[in-house]
Amino acid sequence: MTDFEIEEHEYDVLVIGAGGAGLRAAIESMALGCKTAVVCKSLFGKAHTVMAEGGMAAAMGNVYSEDNWKVHFRDTMRGGKMLNNWRMAQIHAQEAPDRVLELEEYGALFDRTEDGLILQRDFGGHKYARLAHVGDSTGLEMIRTEQQKAASLGVKVFAECTINRLILDKESNSISGAIGYWREKGNLILFKAKSIILATGGLGKMYAITSNSWEGTGDGHAMAMMAGAEMVDMEFVQFHPTGMVWPPSVKGILVTEGVRGDGGTLRNSTQERFMFNYIPEMFAAETASSEEEADAWYDDHNLGRRTPDLLPRDEVARAINSEVKAGRGSPHGGVFLDIATRRSSEYIQKRLPSMYHQFMQLAGVDITSEPMEVGPTCHYAMGGIKVDAETEASSVSGLFAAGEVAGGLHGANRLGGNSLSDLVVFGRRAGKGAAEFAKGKNEFSTIDKEFIDTTINNMMKPFENEGGQNPYAIHKELQDSMQSLAGIIRTEDELIQMLNKIGELKEKMKTVSVDGNRWFNPGWHLALDLEFMIANAECLVRAAIERKESRGGHTRDDYPNTSPELSKVNFILKQIDDEIQVEAKPLDEMPEELKQLFEDN
Amino acid sequence: MKVINKNQFIITYFNLYGVKLVTQSTQEESLLNRYGKTLRTDRWWFEPLLVGIGLFLFIMYSTVSAAILGNYWSYEIGPYLSPFFEPLFYTDVIPKWVSPAIFILWAPLSFRMTCYYYRRAYYRSYFLSPPACAVREPANSYAGESTVPLIVQNIHRFAMYGALIFVPILWNGAIRSFYWEGEIGIGVGSLILTLNAFLLSGYTLGCHSFRHLVGGGLNSFTGSKYQVIRKKVWDMVSSLNAHHKKWAWSSLIIVGFSDLYVHMVAAEWIVDFNTWGSFF
Amino acid sequence: MPIVELKVWRGGDDGEYQTFHVEYDEGEVILDVVHRLQSTQAQDLAVRWNCKAGKCGSCSAEVNGKPSLMCMTRMINFTSGDVIAISPMKTFPLIKDLVTDVAWNYENARKVPHFKPKERDADGKHRMMQIDIERGQEFHQCIECYLCQNVCHVIRDHPENKENFVGPRFFIQMAQVNMHPLESVSQKPDALEGYGLDYCNITKCCTDVCPAGIKITDNAIIPLKERLIDDKFDPLRWLGRKIKIGNSK
Ligand SMILES: Cc1cc2nc3c(=O)[nH]c(=O)nc-3n(C[C@H](O)[C@H](O)[C@H](O)COP(=O)(O)OP(=O)(O)OC[C@H]3O[C@@H](n4cnc5c(N)ncnc54)[C@H](O)[C@@H]3O)c2cc1C
Ligand code: SF4
Ligand code: SF4
Ligand code: FES
Ligand code: FES
Repeated sequence: MTDFEIEEHEYDVLVIGAGGAGLRAAIESMALGCKTAVVCKSLFGKAHTVMAEGGMAAAMGNVYSEDNWKVHFRDTMRGGKMLNNWRMAQIHAQEAPDRVLELEEYGALFDRTEDGLILQRDFGGHKYARLAHVGDSTGLEMIRTEQQKAASLGVKVFAECTINRLILDKESNSISGAIGYWREKGNLILFKAKSIILATGGLGKMYAITSNSWEGTGDGHAMAMMAGAEMVDMEFVQFHPTGMVWPPSVKGILVTEGVRGDGGTLRNSTQERFMFNYIPEMFAAETASSEEEADAWYDDHNLGRRTPDLLPRDEVARAINSEVKAGRGSPHGGVFLDIATRRSSEYIQKRLPSMYHQFMQLAGVDITSEPMEVGPTCHYAMGGIKVDAETEASSVSGLFAAGEVAGGLHGANRLGGNSLSDLVVFGRRAGKGAAEFAKGKNEFSTIDKEFIDTTINNMMKPFENEGGQNPYAIHKELQDSMQSLAGIIRTEDELIQMLNKIGELKEKMKTVSVDGNRWFNPGWHLALDLEFMIANAECLVRAAIERKESRGGHTRDDYPNTSPELSKVNFILKQIDDEIQVEAKPLDEMPEELKQLFEDN
Repeated sequence: MKVINKNQFIITYFNLYGVKLVTQSTQEESLLNRYGKTLRTDRWWFEPLLVGIGLFLFIMYSTVSAAILGNYWSYEIGPYLSPFFEPLFYTDVIPKWVSPAIFILWAPLSFRMTCYYYRRAYYRSYFLSPPACAVREPANSYAGESTVPLIVQNIHRFAMYGALIFVPILWNGAIRSFYWEGEIGIGVGSLILTLNAFLLSGYTLGCHSFRHLVGGGLNSFTGSKYQVIRKKVWDMVSSLNAHHKKWAWSSLIIVGFSDLYVHMVAAEWIVDFNTWGSFF
Repeated sequence: MPIVELKVWRGGDDGEYQTFHVEYDEGEVILDVVHRLQSTQAQDLAVRWNCKAGKCGSCSAEVNGKPSLMCMTRMINFTSGDVIAISPMKTFPLIKDLVTDVAWNYENARKVPHFKPKERDADGKHRMMQIDIERGQEFHQCIECYLCQNVCHVIRDHPENKENFVGPRFFIQMAQVNMHPLESVSQKPDALEGYGLDYCNITKCCTDVCPAGIKITDNAIIPLKERLIDDKFDPLRWLGRKIKIGNSK
């Protein structure tokens, strides 16, 4: 062993990530009697989930009694351009309502209907008003509620502690633990665990314009792949249509879809509601063709068809992109999102309080009297670790995954609000799956000492490389090149350029060096995260090159249409001997009774 | 910062309590030992100072006027009675040097002394606990309202019951002021006394304890008709309560001013414009 | 680009303020400037942040002595050449630079009463009216920035009180449980005792600094104090409980 001191812990179940998914998993595993710990990079309660705004989708039928899991299932699959894992989509639609009620049981205070039930709001791609919400801070509600529940159950939390590698038991090829460091002092920490749940969230920090925080570096994606897990759908990244574009410092910060759900509309510089020009065939039958019809729909969904402002996110993001390119954008390179002329100031402040403050305080814009300027921002990774739909087990024995880090549920494009429900539905299942796995195991597997040594050496290297590359500079280079070469619109040429760039960046990483010491050193932390970001970027680009078509979150300028053959496969990525391999795998066949749901209308 | 250097008085005021103001030259120093008394560079001392002086003036004035001068200057003229003496409680049993105001003043006094707003105000201005936010408190230990003597503040509830009685009493005084020697009329004095009753009502009915009493103790406002009504009342009280500080100050100033006004009219220092003509 | 002079605390308890000159843009916030400083002049400058939009409560610090979120303090309030002092929160033990050890808050989170709901209705749902939950929803806006805990003089100036006083953030949590329309357990008379409500002298600094705009003192602390007075200091209610007529809630 190296001469670094290592703090050791043993847990039946180790949950990496304290967002909505990780916390729900920990609550479940704790309730099933397993000794459980949660690790997270930020302070407890600051995970990405806290920023989610609009709401969580669940077909509870409180507002439209016609709604049920089948409609939700159908919406999810169509939104995902049918690439979703159907079984996950089915479980998700069926279980989401119970999970919402469960959060209420833990103390959440969702907005109410007149009858005292949970109120639901409209969101893109959902046929009925379906999102349970608390104003525009639903994620805050979810994470706080779960956090308090976890605290009351006594779940052990390791906050500001970053895991750097998963450890495999060589013989059984199953998970035996994880190693990482405390951010505070840089001391090393080793967890032995019978099973591990990854709930590390997204990977958007590899783009320059993103709604993700510093945490969104895709550590879980990369670590799982390094441990041999299969990844799925990595080419699909969601660009949310409405991020702030001005002032520069807030570029990318999210503007919730709830603005459009509650009546806001998109306009170009000529004040035209341009979304009416971008209705794709797939959604033409159920989308309003005139402004009057769209406005009537807001009042009662039976009076008209839904407004095109609420088409799935990929459609809206592309439309905005085209408008800006055609020179009809707003002064700062976005389009206008107008709710001021459409709803009363009181209504706006009541329904969208945090948007109101966000614009007021960060941009000096009063959204009750002026339009917002918005443009696409990198938001969500549809792809991730390939998991079993029932238990969330990955292809590595003992490793589970839930939340944004897991792939499959959302296919080629995620519907708004489906993530928060995803977190609790599959968080719970992962907690159960991992707890049962741990119970079936009497002893901890062995920890590979040699592997630990190499990992530690690797972690300490940036201190030894004196006068090398600045991690902030490498990060910026990655972000800028991903933004321009593998962003919202892609071509073969640019993707290949990006792949070369990734090669260069990997070289640079060999000499990355940081100032100071291990004591709370963000430069060092970034240097370690960079390795993950680059690995994920490579997955994304490799899969994107293979998918020679445009579908959902993946738009190819050189292949603008969907391809019938590619509609039948997912791309699976796997790291074999340091090489990332891509393989096309046919979709699972959907049972007849579910297929029928798509034929009826 | 320059203002401070010029104004020696302010510095002395805070130095009395052992608080050293951060001045231009010492700012550098305190930065170096991280916080000093405070790193704030704005005029944080202004509000506590103003409040401190305001309260001081009122206390001095009311003591002199109501308790010391009491019977020695007249508090009643025509239809006007100074609110310090309302309701007039007078017997021949007590000697003339005892002011009738002291039978009355204890009630509003204890109400205001234990009022959540005034507590905040005098804790900040007089106890310097703390003088302003993120400015160091000079005292070495602190137990707040958890021990004697400040635990007494919990009687505010009862002081409020007492103060509620004064709302109709002062309205009574206000209404009486429109009626003199069998004739209905109006004067500047009646307007002042009416304003006094109005502001005092706003202050009293916006009391935190009253707010709790009417609805704050409930967890549901929808169970029964009775609860629905309480919610309505609670909402009204809450909207008064949100401006409790303003009510507190305006009612304080007007009550002092009403008293002064009555005295001045009684002493013939000024003439009350009214429909009755002269009271003399 | 205009330039400001930043005085930033560097190091642990034995550290010092270091002066940096950093470029900024009017549209930026303090956190952007700190990030620029970090990526160009002080790579290992420790600072917490996540959302950059006032939603996560990570970036708490004291800007010119005022407890504030760095991501919500706009540069437009300063002019070129200004001196801005940025210090870590005073009330918590310093780790390094702008980062403090806020573990005490998480201990309190475990200490205060937790929510236990009533039974569900027959159809498996709970019913609550919007007007009944609005009070609680205000408290749920808390982003746990701990600025209120930081500014509260009870512990800021008297650290020994940390044992007996959970602080304004957790008074809010107590209020949210105590006033929850579905709460079944924690309304017992002694549920509010032992958390230091009586240490608060309602001087309202917590309310002044709260970035979520929660009226901590008016809507949580004072109502809780009043509920406690119901139980502890009101002889009429005490008598009522003794002879079991009526309930305190
Ligand atoms: C601004 C914004 C608004 C959104 N709005 C909505 C919405 O309205 N509706 C909706 O459904 N979805 C929304 N989303 C998406 C949704 O919030 C996220 O997809 C979801 O919260 C992800 O949750 P998670 O539990 O998977 O991970 P996260 O909440 O991202 O948590 C990840 C956790 O993993 C930890 N972690 C990561 N790496 C490591 C490591 N190496 N070691 C230790 N710990 C680690 C992190 O510290 C963190 O605790 C929004 C997202 C954003 C950014
Ligand atoms: S009002 Fe009370 S809790 Fe809030 S800062 Fe002042 S003393 Fe602390
Ligand atoms: S109550 Fe306000 S100041 Fe206190 S932690 Fe919550 S958001 Fe921050
Ligand atoms: S709180 Fe001010 S009068 Fe009761
Ligand atoms: S970074 Fe989230 S509140 Fe400032």
